[in-house]
Amino acid sequence: MLTILLDGVAYGMLLFVLASGLSVTLGLMNFINLAHGAFGMIGGYVTALLMNRAGVPFLVTLPAAFLLPAILGVFLERTLYRRLYGASPLDQVLFTIGLVLMAMPIAAYLIGDEPQQVHLPSWLSGRIEIHGVGIGVYRLFIIVLCGAIAAALQTFLIKTRLGAQLRAAVDDPRVAQGLGIDVDRIFAIAFAVGSGLAGLGGALAADVVGGIDPSFPIKFLVTFLIVVTIGGSNGIMGALIGSLLLGVLDVAGKYYVPSIGAFIIYAVMVVTLIVRPQGLFARGDGR
Amino acid sequence: MSAPAATATMGRVAAHLHRRARWRWPEIAFWLAVLAVIFALPSRAAIINEALIAGLFALSLDLILGLTGIVSLGHAAFLGLGAYAAAVLASQGFADPLLGLAFGAGIAALVGLVTAPLLLRGGDLTRLMVTLGVSLMLGELANRNGWLTGGADGLNFSIGPVLGLFPIGFTGQRNAALYSFVVLFILFAIARRLAHSPFGLALTAIRENRLRAGALGVGASRRIVAIYTTAAAYAGAAGALLAETTQIVSLDLFDFHRSADVMLMLIIGGAGYLYGGIIGAAAFIVLRDVISAATPEYWEFWIGLALVILVLAGRDRIAAAPRRLITLVAPRVTRGGVA
Repeated sequence: MLTILLDGVAYGMLLFVLASGLSVTLGLMNFINLAHGAFGMIGGYVTALLMNRAGVPFLVTLPAAFLLPAILGVFLERTLYRRLYGASPLDQVLFTIGLVLMAMPIAAYLIGDEPQQVHLPSWLSGRIEIHGVGIGVYRLFIIVLCGAIAAALQTFLIKTRLGAQLRAAVDDPRVAQGLGIDVDRIFAIAFAVGSGLAGLGGALAADVVGGIDPSFPIKFLVTFLIVVTIGGSNGIMGALIGSLLLGVLDVAGKYYVPSIGAFIIYAVMVVTLIVRPQGLFARGDGR
Repeated sequence: MSAPAATATMGRVAAHLHRRARWRWPEIAFWLAVLAVIFALPSRAAIINEALIAGLFALSLDLILGLTGIVSLGHAAFLGLGAYAAAVLASQGFADPLLGLAFGAGIAALVGLVTAPLLLRGGDLTRLMVTLGVSLMLGELANRNGWLTGGADGLNFSIGPVLGLFPIGFTGQRNAALYSFVVLFILFAIARRLAHSPFGLALTAIRENRLRAGALGVGASRRIVAIYTTAAAYAGAAGALLAETTQIVSLDLFDFHRSADVMLMLIIGGAGYLYGGIIGAAAFIVLRDVISAATPEYWEFWIGLALVILVLAGRDRIAAAPRRLITLVAPRVTRGGVA
């Protein structure tokens, strides 16, 4: 029972790191970025290929899995995404679906269709018992690491000057610009961090989801969207709670009522949208 | 506004609608050309059939997206519903294609009617998510209820001849294409009539400015439910056609990529003037055929690239070209009346 709960929490934490970037672009900036999963895929590939082909230790690959998608993210944001900030949702959907459709064949062409496995180091595999509750060491590692990331993000948003500027820029770009905040730069930074986190999440998730393959961006797109939908526009905390809720529900649902499978999370999303179209944890003004 | 003036305005609007609704020669030429292609290329009947059905599916999306401005990322829900409804009916021994077609469209319309109220709240993002969620839920239901749908294995069944005369399926590929053509044409004519009616004009008003339309006495809610139900029936009919002419259904019908593909088709052809879906579907299917013959694994890349360029270059301007061709010499409303 507790084991399942902890597995769900670990899965939810993973989802949070994968989707937190999306909760900023989509939840806060109202930009529908369906290509978010592609950055996760890149991060997963970075870790898998560095480990399998170059023999780099797992922990050392993680910063690279963050950096590469972040750099690519900021490049795409500067060249392409920013043109569509004010565009209609339909244009944003079409544009980002186009990016996904391009990313998947590129991955298949460069790396191949077969899933790339991440082989965890021995100190991360296996299980331990804490007060009689068994949990995989890697699950625990994920919970601790992702929890630290969530705490750091929250602190960054609330406590730092840059965080305050980001919140201001998101709330009202024009006024923020008028107050001397470099909104363009802020958005680029937010986009880079979000893409990098997706990459890190992809690297961490590779083992849990059975390897990274070119269909990753589509397979998890829906899950990300559900996280953001449930979490609403309340930034980091909403996304965190949404992710945890989804992770626990999904793992528990698949364990206890396997006959309806993924139906539960879809139903939760639709019900959430019916009851609260702005998400469970929307801010008061419904932005 | 005094009573005679109001009557005069009504008369002008009626005359305008009437003139717009008249069939013009490029349109007639279009349909004749489609018919000619079916007869000229009997060896390609299967792909023509596929394009016609995709055209009907895209037409269905055009009713809500192009005409009314309701975005959907889950239109495959109704394609899958119609297909499975027709397939289940046929596998239970009711093999008449027209019965299956009506049944598929009816079931899809019913579910459309039930889910339409979900679209009335929230913004575009909410609608994208709700439609996506509904299609995923239906796909998962089909997956988990194998006793009815065959689950992951899909469903094989046999279908009788149309009207008891024309066998469709592997032995009658051209009959199948003709069957799809006739259904597409009839449903298109109805949609065209709908678009050029006062109801269609009201939908356009809702698309352009929902708030203002409401202020003018054009309430959005009931009209959106009505057009969404209609579109669901159209997509269900497309699904039923697909199931009957291929005699197989599988879970892939509910897939996200179906919903995305149909959106691409409509965007390629241009939304909002009904022909866009059919032209876009034909272009999409032919393009896919050509590209995947050259590079079978990577054809998606080119579709994606086309899409990115289309959006960056401004899809309105590009999609305007085929539209101008089809609606050639269309009268325009100008200030102070109909020019």
